[in-house]
Amino acid sequence: MECSISDIENKANILRLDVIRMTTEAGSGHPGGSLSAADMMAVLYFRVLNHDPSNPLWEDRDRFVLSKGHVAPVLYAALAESGYFPTEELITLRKLGSRLQGHPVRGKVPGVEMSTGSLGQGLSMACGIALTGKIDKKDYHVYCLLGDGELQEGQNWEAAMFAHHYNLSNLIAFVDRNRLQTTGNTENAMSLDPLPEKWKAFGWNVIIIDGHNVRQIIEACEKAKGSKKHPTVIIMNTVKGKGVSFMENNADFHGKTCKPVEYEMAIKELKEVIQ
Amino acid sequence: MSEKKKLAQRDYYGKALATLAAKDSNVIVLDADLAGSTKTSEFKKVAPERFVEVGIAEQNMIGVASGLAASGKTAFASTFAVFASGRCWEQIRLSVAYPKLNVKIVATHCGISVGEDGASHQALEDLAIMRALPNMTVIAPADAYETYAATMAIANYNGPVYMRLGRSEFPTIMPEDVKFEIGKATVMREGCDVTIIGVGQMVANCLDASEELVKEGIEAEVINMSTIKPLDIGTIYDSVSKTGCCVTAEEHSIIGGLGSAVAEFLSQELPSPLTRVGTYDVFGESGSPNALFEKYGLTAADIVNAVHRSIDKKTEMKQ
Repeated sequence: MECSISDIENKANILRLDVIRMTTEAGSGHPGGSLSAADMMAVLYFRVLNHDPSNPLWEDRDRFVLSKGHVAPVLYAALAESGYFPTEELITLRKLGSRLQGHPVRGKVPGVEMSTGSLGQGLSMACGIALTGKIDKKDYHVYCLLGDGELQEGQNWEAAMFAHHYNLSNLIAFVDRNRLQTTGNTENAMSLDPLPEKWKAFGWNVIIIDGHNVRQIIEACEKAKGSKKHPTVIIMNTVKGKGVSFMENNADFHGKTCKPVEYEMAIKELKEVIQ
Repeated sequence: MSEKKKLAQRDYYGKALATLAAKDSNVIVLDADLAGSTKTSEFKKVAPERFVEVGIAEQNMIGVASGLAASGKTAFASTFAVFASGRCWEQIRLSVAYPKLNVKIVATHCGISVGEDGASHQALEDLAIMRALPNMTVIAPADAYETYAATMAIANYNGPVYMRLGRSEFPTIMPEDVKFEIGKATVMREGCDVTIIGVGQMVANCLDASEELVKEGIEAEVINMSTIKPLDIGTIYDSVSKTGCCVTAEEHSIIGGLGSAVAEFLSQELPSPLTRVGTYDVFGESGSPNALFEKYGLTAADIVNAVHRSIDKKTEMKQ
């Protein structure tokens, strides 16, 4: 049965709770960007993706490539909450012997399509998978999540040219436009604006949405899936650290986890909104 | 060896790809604007729908190849060795080697024999940086015939491969119908005084050197180490146990390539005098391939000198 919008909003907050638990337990990791992408990840895994958690290698499945691999916690949470592996395993994140490596590894965890973690490479990989879909005349779609700071890597733009040149209409990229990277504001580090114009110039369909509005995310995906010729990028305006008040718009939580007192506050806030 | 037919390895790579195009519909070939030079154009002629031009964008080429492989294809990605190994090394590391994907990076225009283009285009460190990657198989066939066989062999192997080929025509030394087995060296000539291990184009020079050495009463065993990784340590052990000293010869830096691989093995398992022929931590320059081989110490005469050095060391150690 299809998940309702309120169900998905609830799932997004469950993913956030998982992320806080996992990263606090690990004592390291990247909670901020995981939280900003939680709504989009909930939409994908509980509504949009044509997938079967009991058969992760199903040939006709939609594929998801997490290019910004440092937000592995939210990917692992989405996979576990959809049934790829037990949620109890989530707290093994980053520990010796765990399948849940600091950055995602193909072949280790069911549902992880590609190894990522070095920024700027996922879109190229997604292009390759989408090209196979075109060559083999498959109906699947390939989704790829990019960080905004990540777009400073030039390889993205090689891939953007490629996707347009080969008419990869089955490729849908998301940009988590939270405007923060490790050293602070993206526009101070290396300005990305005007971002939509850049993608348009590369021949992509561009959809700009509020990345925390589940209805808008669903509608953007539906529109993108209807593309017959061009790849689509969905630029999601988001808030880094979304859902936990003291983490919101705070670049410190890009690569830093909660202290015990912060953990208690974060869990309390999230539990209040989860039904 | 001058009576041997001279052929270019890249031409036989192209021939093999054309054969594969007809034989295996799963093979996809990618190139970065150099198809006419790498000879992937031969594949394009037969299977244009499975040929992917990526433009001058090697990093993206490797990423796309990894995505193709992850969705079931056998991806061959080609460009010049300098770019294929260096420009996208970290892409190869993350998206090919780490997840053990079925991508074949076939690099042409290796080494100093690129000639006139100069140092920017002469890959003398590619074996080193590829060999350092876990899961990576590293191959450098000795001639055009072995290139054909190796291309067919790697197409049948499921995993990452880096294969290094030359640009120019040089003597064929293997039989036309040679079989290729990954990880298996070929003893080209038996001898009991010294082991000469060569790779790629240098194997022909090793054989020339062995003929010169016969005139001095020295019987050299010559080995074609066409797979650098995994190294055929059994063949090296057996040969050096017999001869007691060794010479390596490669059109590559002495740092990190065949010479280093053999040194690593011998120093741990069978300490023996070893002399490495290769470039000595320098960049190349423009010039004709023959002139560059002479200037950078890669000729048969240089191998003969290296043999003298290794045999002298062996004699010293016995005293």
